[in-house]
Amino acid sequence: MGKSTISKIPFKGTAEQEQKLRDYIAANKDVQGSLMPIMQEAQEIYGYLPIEVQKIIADSLNIPLEEVYGVATFYAQFTLNPKGQYRIGVCLGTACYVKGSQNVFDKACSELGIGSGDVTDDGKFSLEATRCIGCCGLAPVMTVNDDVYGRLTADDVPKILAKYKDM
Amino acid sequence: MADVTLKINGLPVTVPAGTTILDAANSVGIKIPTLCFLKDINAIGACRICVVEVKGARSLVASCVYPVAPNMEVFTNTPAVRKSRKTTLELILSTHDKKCLSCVRNQNCELQTLCNEYGVEDVDRFAGAKPEYEVEDSNPYLVRDNNKCVLCRRCVAVCRHNQGVGVIGANERGFATNIGAAFGLELKDVPCIACGQCIVHCPVGALRERDDTQKVWDAIADPEKHVVIAPAPSVRATLGECFDMPIGTNVEGKMVAAMHRLGFDAVVDVDVAADFTIMEEGTEFIKRLGGEGPLPLITSCSPGWVKYCEHYFPEFIPNLSSAKSPQGMYGALMKSYYAEKMGIDPAKICVVSVMPCTAKKFERTREQNLVDGMEDIDISITTRELSRMIKLAGLDFTALPDEEFDPIFGGATGAGHIFGATGGVMEAALRTVVEILEKKTMDNVEYHDVRGIEGIKEATYNVAGTEVKVAVVSGTANAGKLLTEIKEGKRNYHFIEIMACPGGCVNGGGQPLQSAYTRAHVDLKTLRAKALYSEDEACVFRKSHENPVVKKVYDEYLGEPGSHKAHHLLHTTYVARGK
Repeated sequence: MGKSTISKIPFKGTAEQEQKLRDYIAANKDVQGSLMPIMQEAQEIYGYLPIEVQKIIADSLNIPLEEVYGVATFYAQFTLNPKGQYRIGVCLGTACYVKGSQNVFDKACSELGIGSGDVTDDGKFSLEATRCIGCCGLAPVMTVNDDVYGRLTADDVPKILAKYKDM
Repeated sequence: MADVTLKINGLPVTVPAGTTILDAANSVGIKIPTLCFLKDINAIGACRICVVEVKGARSLVASCVYPVAPNMEVFTNTPAVRKSRKTTLELILSTHDKKCLSCVRNQNCELQTLCNEYGVEDVDRFAGAKPEYEVEDSNPYLVRDNNKCVLCRRCVAVCRHNQGVGVIGANERGFATNIGAAFGLELKDVPCIACGQCIVHCPVGALRERDDTQKVWDAIADPEKHVVIAPAPSVRATLGECFDMPIGTNVEGKMVAAMHRLGFDAVVDVDVAADFTIMEEGTEFIKRLGGEGPLPLITSCSPGWVKYCEHYFPEFIPNLSSAKSPQGMYGALMKSYYAEKMGIDPAKICVVSVMPCTAKKFERTREQNLVDGMEDIDISITTRELSRMIKLAGLDFTALPDEEFDPIFGGATGAGHIFGATGGVMEAALRTVVEILEKKTMDNVEYHDVRGIEGIKEATYNVAGTEVKVAVVSGTANAGKLLTEIKEGKRNYHFIEIMACPGGCVNGGGQPLQSAYTRAHVDLKTLRAKALYSEDEACVFRKSHENPVVKKVYDEYLGEPGSHKAHHLLHTTYVARGK
């Protein structure tokens, strides 16, 4: 209920991707409990599970779209949004957290206008609150794709994001 | 299966193996409270209200899903059980809006009843964070307020299993769990069929019909408006339940009296329109049987079924009868024949229908039903809404005298009355079609093979030398099953009646609410249908073509059934809607 959770990023699935998914479904549809493996494969293929992909799954398995969606929103492993061009991770693991990473995360949310698991409307940034990423010495840590930024305060966040905004 | 003997509260009980503790207890008159449980549809042990003590068990068990075992000792009413149930209720209240005074289900709410029984005094015992949801009222037929939802999933189960629709489900998890359509879509944007079965199975006020009673009051108060009202066949079989009368009481006379007292300018009967439906649909069937148009012919009286067909089986749209439903025919005839007879400008007539159905609120908005740009029906209310109007007007319903419909469009045949039960439309059609084809008056007017509440019924009748195969289906999940088998070539028929709600209109989504316990232990559908079949038996005229009003309207106004004018007013078209 409430706001639509349909991704605002236009769906760019290819015919090859769809064929791959349909082949996988055809091979597995009669297996008991095949819905989740199919959804995992679909996410593997597309990187996320937009309505277009969930509809393919629902129609192929002859089950309501809502059943697929219910599973997709129950498990944290599934995402309804594609990853952005720049994937931002803010570590909320123990070390980073005690060093104030929540403030860093909140700042990233407010700067981008999105929450964890979301992507900005232009598809540029996606945001993820992560568990420990193994560089506690730099806590609190934020990553942008493969770039790592450490010993941050909330005030550092806008400057870092600005670097990528125009790239 | 072998029997199992156990003890419940010290009483020896013998039941078949595999029986749940809940059913075993119920079988000996021990009531265990439930909230999420719906017999045969939803047994998920989710709400924890039905917990009981089992001797030797580590913790309390959910009796709705726990099977009995030999020599098991069950206790349904111990201090631990009562305490647990009370705590569960208090926890449910921690995320419930608790606005009972303004709730449509006040005094008819399974949660409220349980809180009373278990002596919940502190409704804020677990006060804290509370999810807040927007009320969804984007469609013309129902309103969902998740702030009242207890996440029992009864609506989800009925939508999926009885109706074969499944547009709603549980989304997200934990504290964020909410019931709704995929991707936060509104019901108007998903293939919901508007049947309202979710409403009649909701234990609380999270689901309700869109209330259109204020529009009716406004129309009555408008001196410019000539307000006409008419009830559907099944309304007279159920309205009494809203006034504590026994299930299955036919209250036609009191209902008419109440309508007069509410201030309507005319009180007529949709059952008469049902007789017209038979004339038009019957004529259509005879034509199709003779090779004009595809078979099977499928009835189109049930707007939930029609919407289901349009969404899920659009390939059967050519099979749908083009005849409007009785509601549509009633409205069209009021704004044409009636307006002309009474000398009233049709634009000043406000046509109100009382329906067992929420999908009728959708049907009246169908653009395919417009006649010369005018809607057939101005306002469609449910049985429940009519009962609220009667209460608000201060009418002592049970003390009202019996009154009669206005003769200009009153006095339906028995065939019209039985439209409200599954099989009723088929039986009514057969009564007329067989006589027309046999070219003689038939002694037998009763077709028992198509009666009863089974989901799929079939029969074959020899009509004037032709073996006519018919099927009667209720519940759209059954309809989906039958249509799939027809597509696969496993079944074939000449004529099929389909009603969206299990048991037909008597169990419609706009009918009086009964608790899950009553639904599990009383044969609601049969009792309500019996009221209609009894009325039929008592009728002098039991075939639609014998109805004097029907004859008069065709003679003076429409011409023949299936005429150009009849088509203009009484027929419609359908549209594929997509899944």
